[in-house]
Amino acid sequence: MTLILKNVTYTFPKKEIPVIAKLNLTVQQGEFVSLIGKSGTGKSTILKLITGLLQADEGEISINKKPVTLGDVGFMPQKDLLFPWRTILDNIMIGAEIKKEIKISKENARSWLKKVGLSDYEQAYPNQLSGGMRQRVAFLRTLLTEKEVLLLDEPFGALDSITKKEMQAWLLSIWQELDKTIVFITHDLEEACYLSDRIILLKEDRKIEETIVPLPRPRYQEMLHSQILVELRKELEKKI
Amino acid sequence: MKNFLKQYSFFVVFVILIMVLVEYLVRSKIVPAFIIPAPTSVASHIVEQWRPLILEHLKATMVEFSIGFIIAVTAGVALAVSMFFSKTIEKMLYPAVVISQMIPIIALSPIFVLWFGYSIWSKVAVTVLMSFFPIVVATYDGLKSCDKDYIELLRSMGANKRQIFSKLNIPMALPSFFSGLKIAIVYSLVGATIGEWLGASEGLGYYSRRMSGDLNASGVFASIVILTVVGIILFAIASLLEKRTLRWKNRL
Repeated sequence: MTLILKNVTYTFPKKEIPVIAKLNLTVQQGEFVSLIGKSGTGKSTILKLITGLLQADEGEISINKKPVTLGDVGFMPQKDLLFPWRTILDNIMIGAEIKKEIKISKENARSWLKKVGLSDYEQAYPNQLSGGMRQRVAFLRTLLTEKEVLLLDEPFGALDSITKKEMQAWLLSIWQELDKTIVFITHDLEEACYLSDRIILLKEDRKIEETIVPLPRPRYQEMLHSQILVELRKELEKKI
Repeated sequence: MKNFLKQYSFFVVFVILIMVLVEYLVRSKIVPAFIIPAPTSVASHIVEQWRPLILEHLKATMVEFSIGFIIAVTAGVALAVSMFFSKTIEKMLYPAVVISQMIPIIALSPIFVLWFGYSIWSKVAVTVLMSFFPIVVATYDGLKSCDKDYIELLRSMGANKRQIFSKLNIPMALPSFFSGLKIAIVYSLVGATIGEWLGASEGLGYYSRRMSGDLNASGVFASIVILTVVGIILFAIASLLEKRTLRWKNRL
């Protein structure tokens, strides 16, 4: 499942200057790519273009040579957006309710809840869960849409640093287990270095700069203090 | 029950104090009984007249109330949904709905008598006019209140309009809808009573007016007490229905 953005340009309605201009980006099957950059450089816009929520003015976005449409990728927005009137189990089953071709059984969903340590909460409502738990539920909901490409928009942005570390380790373990392609937005450079294969820096002049993270896989929390990561982070900090 | 006592004990004490005060004022002839009746004489009026009061007049009022309320809820929800889906309908009818509330209903009611005569429908018409507005506004606002991010999330999963409406807009609108329903259920009862004042041969509104003509304050208050109790019960039923439907709200 190779995701390709070719010459993509997008301008917000009633704006003169495009927020995305002639963007070219290829994400390989199973790759973990992070998008970083200042606010307003169009990180979230790129994800919305890939989901099909926004239509590019020019250029093409395709997955395995097929142009993307709504329902082709898994999208996890910044806010968890759990439905407060649905139980946790029903929340993660929503994708299967919408698309009949998604065959997720209740047993299957339950086993996933167990895997993320939420099996006691399957009949709970979102307002009974902590921030980290809600984020895990939101991620499961995205995962259970059974898409190969997952777009995660700052999923851990609102979490405290300890919960965030747990969630990062948890995300890495799941990603390693399933052969998913992930495009990840973050403001946290350390997080970007720790998680990604490749980091795409979006600059204010609408150009992009790629950095490959030279850390081996699998990754461990100790690597957060490794020389490579610290150097890389410093370098990115200067560029951003 | 413990919570109930905690919540309402002061109120109950307050009501009892007022009743004792009134009873004293009337018995010591400070206030004449045709101005304010003693609570005990209201109670004995209810006990003596319970047959016509409940079986005849309350029944008549409840029939008008029920028909009017059901029409108001059905038509109100239908209008709210059509305004939600069609900008044209919204622009055309929303102002009319708001203006309909500005009309003093008492002033309009003779027209209803003219149109529907002294039949049940003139009272139903007042009832509908009273309770239609809170239903429409609450339902419509509830449907519109849906966060755009939620819609985008479902769209990104490939949901169609119908699915977004049933899985998102309707549940999102329910809390607001129930707020409207609770207001409407009380307004409906008021509407039925007002309708009866204007021309009827049965019903608690008619009864209280007749008693007022006879300077029988106990009779007037007897029907007021019954209407109030019924109103409280109806409100409680609506609240209970709300609690059961919005169960997720109570779990914390």
